[in-house]
Amino acid sequence: MLGLSLGTLAAVAWRAEGAATLGPADWAALRFTLTQALLSAALSVALAVPVARALARRQFPGRALLIALLGAPFILPVIVAVIGLLAVFGRSGLISQALAPLGLGPIDIYGLGGVVLAHVFFNLPLATRLILQGWLAIPAERFRLAASLCFSARDVARLLEWPMLRSVLPGAFLVIFLICTTSFAVALTLGGGPRATTVELAIYQAFRFEFDLGRAALLSLIQVALCAGAAALAFAVTVPGGFGAGLDRPLARRDAGGPGLRLLDGLWIGLAALFLLVPLGMIVARGLAGILDLPPSVWQAAGRSLAVALGSAALTLILALPMALAAVRLGGAPGAALQAAGLMTIAASPLVMGTGLFILLFPLADPVALALPLTALVNAAMSLPFALRALTPAVAEAEAGFGRLADSMGLRGTARLRLVLLPRLRRPIGFTLGLAAALSMGDLGVIALFADPDRATLPLQLYRLMAAYRMEAAAGAALLLLALSLGLFWIFDRGGRIHAQA
Amino acid sequence: MLRLERLEIRQGAFRLSADVTVEPGRIVALLGPSGAGKSTLLDVIAGFLPPTSGRVLWNGTDLGPLAPGARPLSMLFQDNNLFPHLTAAQNVGLGLRPDLRLSTDQRGAVDAALARVGLEGLGARKPAELSGGQRGRVALARILLRGRPLMLLDEPFAALGPALKTEMLGLVRDLARETGATVLLVTHDPADARAIADETMLVADGIAHPPHPTAALLADPPAALRAYLG
Repeated sequence: MLGLSLGTLAAVAWRAEGAATLGPADWAALRFTLTQALLSAALSVALAVPVARALARRQFPGRALLIALLGAPFILPVIVAVIGLLAVFGRSGLISQALAPLGLGPIDIYGLGGVVLAHVFFNLPLATRLILQGWLAIPAERFRLAASLCFSARDVARLLEWPMLRSVLPGAFLVIFLICTTSFAVALTLGGGPRATTVELAIYQAFRFEFDLGRAALLSLIQVALCAGAAALAFAVTVPGGFGAGLDRPLARRDAGGPGLRLLDGLWIGLAALFLLVPLGMIVARGLAGILDLPPSVWQAAGRSLAVALGSAALTLILALPMALAAVRLGGAPGAALQAAGLMTIAASPLVMGTGLFILLFPLADPVALALPLTALVNAAMSLPFALRALTPAVAEAEAGFGRLADSMGLRGTARLRLVLLPRLRRPIGFTLGLAAALSMGDLGVIALFADPDRATLPLQLYRLMAAYRMEAAAGAALLLLALSLGLFWIFDRGGRIHAQA
Repeated sequence: MLRLERLEIRQGAFRLSADVTVEPGRIVALLGPSGAGKSTLLDVIAGFLPPTSGRVLWNGTDLGPLAPGARPLSMLFQDNNLFPHLTAAQNVGLGLRPDLRLSTDQRGAVDAALARVGLEGLGARKPAELSGGQRGRVALARILLRGRPLMLLDEPFAALGPALKTEMLGLVRDLARETGATVLLVTHDPADARAIADETMLVADGIAHPPHPTAALLADPPAALRAYLG
């Protein structure tokens, strides 16, 4: 795994040496990357605070479902979300149509606005979950004490909530900043041009259109420095845990009973739900019309994507399980170091990895012919941090509960894996496979570097339909991709749950 | 014969020393206050914890280099004695082959062991479908099948009610007598010792004392034991 991260990096560095210095376009890309990431992270976090506060102190039917839905954008293919956002915010989208009778021109979201909009769409739910976790981590007894002392909502905010936010917000901000610095698919579809190109997109353009490997490599190094800087900062400020469970416990709050606050909370929850659900609804509504007469190329791409997703899921497990086992067995500092190495790929960029793999493979084989396996491999590397986060605690728990019994029975090697660990790990393994398959299914990244028309995956095919303004077919393909991604996750995750012994 | 030869166990402020011999075929209770190191001593004998110094010998052989599963002993823990995802028969079968690739004869042996502990026909059940006492019986059936000459019991029946606990201890005594196994039983209840133990070791104040006949020891307890019994 380290070989994949560092090896490709070394290849890139070696190749970048001969390249010219940075041109003005490259500086513009770097500036745009930082600007959009800062804006996206700031907006996501700022909007998430009132939404999380409302979710923390209100109880209403569908609350648990809404919180579960906040996890969905994580496995939602970027390109599908972009199509949904265009259906709402685009030139012929719902809002432009509503404005037309008033004589207001259609709104144009391409450029910085669209990139930030899409990033907020993806990261507002993540920020809300992270901040909601912070809220629910405040012991209920504190609120009881506050109620007995007749605290107003303002007192609670000042004495309980603000200290919590101060410790949670920097981490949430940095995680989202980090995610947005590696933005490729959003910038590809909604950005572009000299004014709205991210570094990742610039790598792609240097590679694909100019075939300037030296420049692509140099840009890759900039991307790596950017990610490493953000990741180092993120480690310094203790990033919150992330995708934890137990988010549906509402707090009994007596300080927030006034009708004004009720209305305010309702408004925030309603707006957030609309912002997330309307684009998804539009994908389904528009896609249903197009899904029946999709061109055969879309179905072929879907088949290739399924194969890549399944291969990537298997590869993720093959990489992650031994790492999780070794991390638990080593324990202490070496185990933590191993885990950190696995988590490192969260800061790696798929396009940098792709460029490095191309440089490494070019003398040996035709990288274009290997486009699909390479995509599966890079997707697996990107899923690895999440797989480790799911598997390592479960391995530790299985070993803590049954390790001594297995030792005393002399259970070792494959027998221990087959009889003890795999049955105990069914749930996290199902979750890992589902997540890796869904992420790979929807990924539009490294495949764009390599693929020729005969090897397009479904997201790439969808992008081509969009670029050709065949929006009817694109909407149908988007619905198909959405169904396949969510379906893959559901099947694997469910497979891990049923008949699993507690 | 089990010999604990100038055994020293140190963990931070905790220390325990033992220089003790247990005759073969005896049932010996380890009695003493919690935190005295009864379970720790069992862990050292079973190989889960290396001693600071000294040796554990079985019939003159140093057990030090052997992994827990390779030592001539079976152990029952306070909990988690069964794998919850395996059936009762599979849990017992682990005692014959850790990879569970059992021959027909071995399957018959598993059924016989289950029948011996009173669980005839319940082999297909998972632990969640068995009562607490039945789970203990499954674990004992596995010990029976493994046929190791030393049994270490770390308060495995502490969660059971008094009547059921007496019944399980009776089964332990019967199985030990049938197989000639030596038994070390950790308990904090002198009634357990009185019920089945030929001899009792007092573990208190950092020392595991040599075993004494249970009845005599409890009738005329030394100072440390008197302090514990109250």
